[in-house]
Amino acid sequence: MQRKAIALVSGGLDSMLAVKVIQEQGITVEGVNFYTGFCVEGHTHAIRKKDAAKEKRNNALWVAEELGIKLHIIDISEEYKEIVLNPKHGYGQHLNPCLDCKIFMVSQANLMINRARELADTEGFDFIITGEVIGQRPKSQRRSTMPIICKESGAQDRLLRPLCAKNLPPTLPEIEGWVDREGLYDFGGRSRKPQMALAKKFGLDDYAQPAGGCCFLTDESYSKKLADLWQARNERNYELDDIMLLKVGRHIRPEPHYKLIIGREEGENNFLEGYRHEFHSIRITSHSGPLTLVDGTASDEELAFAARIAARYSQGRSADSVCVDIRKKDGVTIHRELVPLPSQDLNPDWHI
Amino acid sequence: MNIHQLNARRLLCPMPVIKTQNKIKELHPGDHLEVSATDPGVKQDIPAWCRINGHQVLSIEENNGLILVLIEVGQD
Repeated sequence: MQRKAIALVSGGLDSMLAVKVIQEQGITVEGVNFYTGFCVEGHTHAIRKKDAAKEKRNNALWVAEELGIKLHIIDISEEYKEIVLNPKHGYGQHLNPCLDCKIFMVSQANLMINRARELADTEGFDFIITGEVIGQRPKSQRRSTMPIICKESGAQDRLLRPLCAKNLPPTLPEIEGWVDREGLYDFGGRSRKPQMALAKKFGLDDYAQPAGGCCFLTDESYSKKLADLWQARNERNYELDDIMLLKVGRHIRPEPHYKLIIGREEGENNFLEGYRHEFHSIRITSHSGPLTLVDGTASDEELAFAARIAARYSQGRSADSVCVDIRKKDGVTIHRELVPLPSQDLNPDWHI
Repeated sequence: MNIHQLNARRLLCPMPVIKTQNKIKELHPGDHLEVSATDPGVKQDIPAWCRINGHQVLSIEENNGLILVLIEVGQD
């Protein structure tokens, strides 16, 4: 019977190659891509005006089309909170829970497996493939983590890593002869050369190579902002809007109980505009300048101070005074004339 | 044939694609779905998703930042 595999497809090269290797063996492959809320994919490009001219493509969709496979995109952002907030295996260098994340994603793919396909119908999949390579990532892709992922995801020996399978014990698809182990690979270590050579062999040349991976949690400055949010709220939790806003603007926290989010350009201002009903907002009316949101419980006096900070990022930064509209969450707008904060009064430590 | 609407405004990609995917699961071949969105990414992503999954984009219109994508649900 025609065997089917479900592949974790991130949009990067490794998972793309893993699919290709298995397709070459006559297996039908479909892809699954997870939306965690922290995906770099699309968002910042969609928000920032300066990137608007660039062609925006979703790499996972692009990979699927290039390989001729179906792609299931699954929103796991709600369930994913538990992974980010309480990773059993801890964080990597920043707030990236890479090992727990991989286990979770494989376990989701495992739910799509049908262990009795031969008895029942053709629905479902026989095994899972990933683009993992032993030693590729210091935290999550190590020799010792490979069996942990198999075990804790529940996938067990139905998880095949085509790019490094020869360095691992044979899996069910190999034992059953669904795939030929000889046609699999033995990549290892941090080098990208074997992948690039294999891509060349397959005639793939336009693949995405995101420098810091495809997740904001591996980004130092993003992780700092998330940690700051938890500290300020005295609670390790977040809503989807919170983590979206961490991707946008300058974040300045003059006091523990409030922070400013200042748009850096038109695209970000437009994006922040959509949140004006949920936050206090500040707009400089006498000069052109950014839209600023204030997150937290700022008093009128503190909002006026925030407006003086915001004015620093407007064309009126060196004017004697600027006019501002401070629109409070409840819809009340206060018009003020204020002096932009002098640079020596802006504490560099306030920048998150 | 039925015509359905999906509001994906203010959502950033890939959310409009995910919403489209989930909505189409409930529809029948030949049905039309009109997705309204504001993220310009949908102009690439929804057609790409439709090509992969055998649906047809009949039209894409953009007016004042509002993007309307009309899809005909394919077989399967």
